[in-house]
Amino acid sequence: MNMLRFSFAGLDLYALPSGGLWWPEEKRLLVADLHLGKAERIARRGGQLLPPYEVAETLERLARDIDATGAYEVLCLGDSFDDTACAAQLHVSDKRRLTELKSRAHWRWIAGNHDPQSMAGDHTEALRLEPLLLRHIAKPGPLPDRISGEITGHFHPKHHLVTRGGRVARRCFLVTKTRVILPAYGAYTGGLALSDPAFGPFLTPGSRAILLGRPPVLVPLSVSEAAE
Amino acid sequence: MTALPAQLQTWFDRQNWQLHPHQTDMLARKDAAAQLLIAPTGGGKTLAGFLPTLAELGADPGPGLHTLYISPLKALAADIKRNLRRPVEEAGLAIRIEDRTGDTTQTQRKRQRADPPHILLTTPESLALLLSYEDAARTFAGLQRVIVDEIHALAESKRGDQLMLGLARLQTLVPDLRRVGLSATVEDPPAIAKFLACAPDACEILVADPGPAPDISMLDVDEAPPWSGGGGRYAIPAILEQVRAHKTTLIFHNTRAQAELFFHSLWLENEDALPIGIHHGSLAREQRLKVEAAMAEGSLRAIVCTGSLDLGIDWGDVDLVIQVGAPKNVKRLVQRIGRANHRYNAPSKALLVPANRFEVVECHAALTAVSEGKLDGEPRGRGPRDVLCQHILITAAAGPFDAEALFTEARSAGAYAALTREEFEDCLNFCATGGYALRAYDRWQRLLRRPDGLWQLRDPRAARQIRMNIGTIIDTETLKVRLKNRRGGTPLGEVEEGFAASLTPGDTFLIGGQIVRYEGLNEMTVEVTRRADKEPKIATFMGTKFATSTQLSDTILEMFRQQDWPELPLATRDWLALQRKVSKLPERDRLLVETFPHDGREHLCVYGFAGRNAQQTLGLLLSQRMQVRGLDPVGFAATDYATLIWGLRPVTDPLPLFRPGQLRSDFETWLAGNAVMKRTFRASAIVAGLIERNTPGRRKTGRQATFSSDILYDTLHKYDPDHVLMQITREEALRGLVDFGRIEEMLDRTEGRVDHRALPRVTPLAAPLFLEPGRVPVAGAETRDRMVAEAAERLLAAAGLPA
Repeated sequence: MNMLRFSFAGLDLYALPSGGLWWPEEKRLLVADLHLGKAERIARRGGQLLPPYEVAETLERLARDIDATGAYEVLCLGDSFDDTACAAQLHVSDKRRLTELKSRAHWRWIAGNHDPQSMAGDHTEALRLEPLLLRHIAKPGPLPDRISGEITGHFHPKHHLVTRGGRVARRCFLVTKTRVILPAYGAYTGGLALSDPAFGPFLTPGSRAILLGRPPVLVPLSVSEAAE
Repeated sequence: MTALPAQLQTWFDRQNWQLHPHQTDMLARKDAAAQLLIAPTGGGKTLAGFLPTLAELGADPGPGLHTLYISPLKALAADIKRNLRRPVEEAGLAIRIEDRTGDTTQTQRKRQRADPPHILLTTPESLALLLSYEDAARTFAGLQRVIVDEIHALAESKRGDQLMLGLARLQTLVPDLRRVGLSATVEDPPAIAKFLACAPDACEILVADPGPAPDISMLDVDEAPPWSGGGGRYAIPAILEQVRAHKTTLIFHNTRAQAELFFHSLWLENEDALPIGIHHGSLAREQRLKVEAAMAEGSLRAIVCTGSLDLGIDWGDVDLVIQVGAPKNVKRLVQRIGRANHRYNAPSKALLVPANRFEVVECHAALTAVSEGKLDGEPRGRGPRDVLCQHILITAAAGPFDAEALFTEARSAGAYAALTREEFEDCLNFCATGGYALRAYDRWQRLLRRPDGLWQLRDPRAARQIRMNIGTIIDTETLKVRLKNRRGGTPLGEVEEGFAASLTPGDTFLIGGQIVRYEGLNEMTVEVTRRADKEPKIATFMGTKFATSTQLSDTILEMFRQQDWPELPLATRDWLALQRKVSKLPERDRLLVETFPHDGREHLCVYGFAGRNAQQTLGLLLSQRMQVRGLDPVGFAATDYATLIWGLRPVTDPLPLFRPGQLRSDFETWLAGNAVMKRTFRASAIVAGLIERNTPGRRKTGRQATFSSDILYDTLHKYDPDHVLMQITREEALRGLVDFGRIEEMLDRTEGRVDHRALPRVTPLAAPLFLEPGRVPVAGAETRDRMVAEAAERLLAAAGLPA
């Protein structure tokens, strides 16, 4: 598989082309911002009737990643469902697929700002898996005791590069000394450029971006460049 | 014949105005259910259209809308209002004339719906909006006539299709409605007549005397035109001389960016400070109105403009038209020329200024065609169904409707006469449920079928959203530009979002003829100041790009066969001779392919002379085949005569790339997954109402970044490839941006006779392509990954980090 290995908080982690993060030592697959049911929510609110295949597409990506890595556990870092009603109203075929995927690995859900109040299965605000702390939104400032790295989602980071063939924008991981912010995993998700001020509090000297692709590619970020 | 009101006749007599024969004829034919008038620009077409209305209304008409006038341009509606009000007011007729466009205030619009004027001047979009209100039937009650001005221009676009569906609706509301079409000289009048009439009824055609032949020539410029580029700046001194020698000059450009650049340079060299203005569609309304007013007063000596002044606007005494850049199409050139000497029976005076050496050839070919009276044009196909989808939604916004009746009504629009029930049902189904194979939205349908069989909106609030998305013009995403000051900022115009994204504070660019300094983005508005201390970057506007017609291309290839070109300026002559020396000139029955390295990339240039759209398709097809062969194409640019493809590896044997049989068979497979399809999809998806136009208010927070329509295209392609919107996209791409017909034609005439020239450097004929805007990226996933990896390595190395 086309993965990119990088060291973080003393661990070997792998960035997957899909936007998932693979932690081989613990056989854990981390994904953020699936936004399942986004098309349905837009339709329900009287908006557009977008192609209703995004759940199928997102679950297919997950299935591929679980197969390829042999993950024991899938950790969803929040905004897994677009809203409460979405979780209840998944299409029958999608529901079946999700159930099937849940039987292949252990799943844990971390709550995001979009997520339902209560959700079946393990579901928490933040999860300590020392030396890592997993939550939905990164918190600026020092990390808690015995934690040396924080892994989050929420921001949907993307980054662009000027290449020999022109400008290319890709979804990306943001990797700093103490934090990893995952790209959005869901099929219908946009991106927020790393140059956006929202990323400002997390950028430190030596920050890197890992652009999705086959394989994912690591690029250095200078603080000034990212904030340009 | 119906007489004009006595006061109006007296007024005409006082002005010494004599009606032209075709104006009297129109008055005589006022009862025709559909009447088309073809008259040259400046022939008093519009008055001919309005005379029957003035005659019928008389001196003291009762209340109610009598005539609806529709023009493709807001500016034209405003202009007609001015020109029509003058005789009406001075003759003391109590006829109320008002316009209604996107620029009309909210209060006035409301009043117009409740209490419409006798004559309402509007645009296709504003009509569609009026028809979307519940009170449409009341607004239009008693309507007698509808006048479609510049119908030849509307007939070429989706705006015209939308208009004709709207007229079909109107005809149902007021069955006795009479239709009048006013058209400039066109190559196929019966086609326009069919477009205008309520199908299958006939439409009468009246052709006015075409008037004297235009006086048209190339502008004599001492300096040679540049090798490439489209600005025509080299000719500024000669153009200024012409401006000085004439009363009012219109200086036409093919794109907005060129108009801006030219205007800026013109101003720098305008030592006599001649009053010169600029007018194009990206300028803020306030700016446009100022120029229009100055123009009407006759206080401007020249105006630099684009297609926004293309149509019958009659401002002051224009006595010279200058066309900068090749006109691309003989018909449009003739219509533009008509802007000069807007008086019947006086020859129009026009000068052509080729912007570069290739355009010298093109302009020369166009001159030949004009002198021979040859017009060009390609017939337009069936009405596009994305427009029909929007029409269904607009109808639903106005109230419950019967599907059968709407189907019959739609078929009465000429372009939709052949619409099948099944095609209609697909559109209705799309509007109602999304039309997906996976029936996911049965609970959230947009349209519901009621027990009585009528269709209506599930949520009446959706009407507002439908109204906000009315229209068929898909602009590139633009941002408003405002001058930062205490009063909230003076609006200057718009720039493309991509351009705005490339700016850093302190950068400068041109807009409305002034250099402004980029200060920052504020809630999706580009804020600028007047402090200009740098060379301006160029604002990029994507104007509509027309393809050079088949006829013009043929004339050019014919010219290439000459041994020498004594009729062309020396510089162009030398240029063509040099091309013949280092490579060869393209021939009509052979395909010239050049390959050469340049600037670290490998290039392939193919001279198909098939028009911009077909050359673009050829670029996509060829680059796909290069991809398969591992040649790593990265991007291409296309002009009307050639396609330039660049990549990471050289093409040593291009012959297999051009095997006609394979090119054709590749076409279908290729069609599915390329950038043009995605662009076409986006346009159709917006028109059909699948995705919304981006309105600034909705995009305030970057956090809620919308995902691109490409994702929707990919999803549909994978899970629902036969979805109606995919069908529409295919249909659209085939006739519009893809134009495979002209590639077929090119393959037929060259029959696999390919001349390959491998050269060490850029050739004279290929050089202009390097400056062509609108480059299309084609790199496949692997090539892109390679590019990204290369760039990343460079960055890592620069940062002193291990890869």
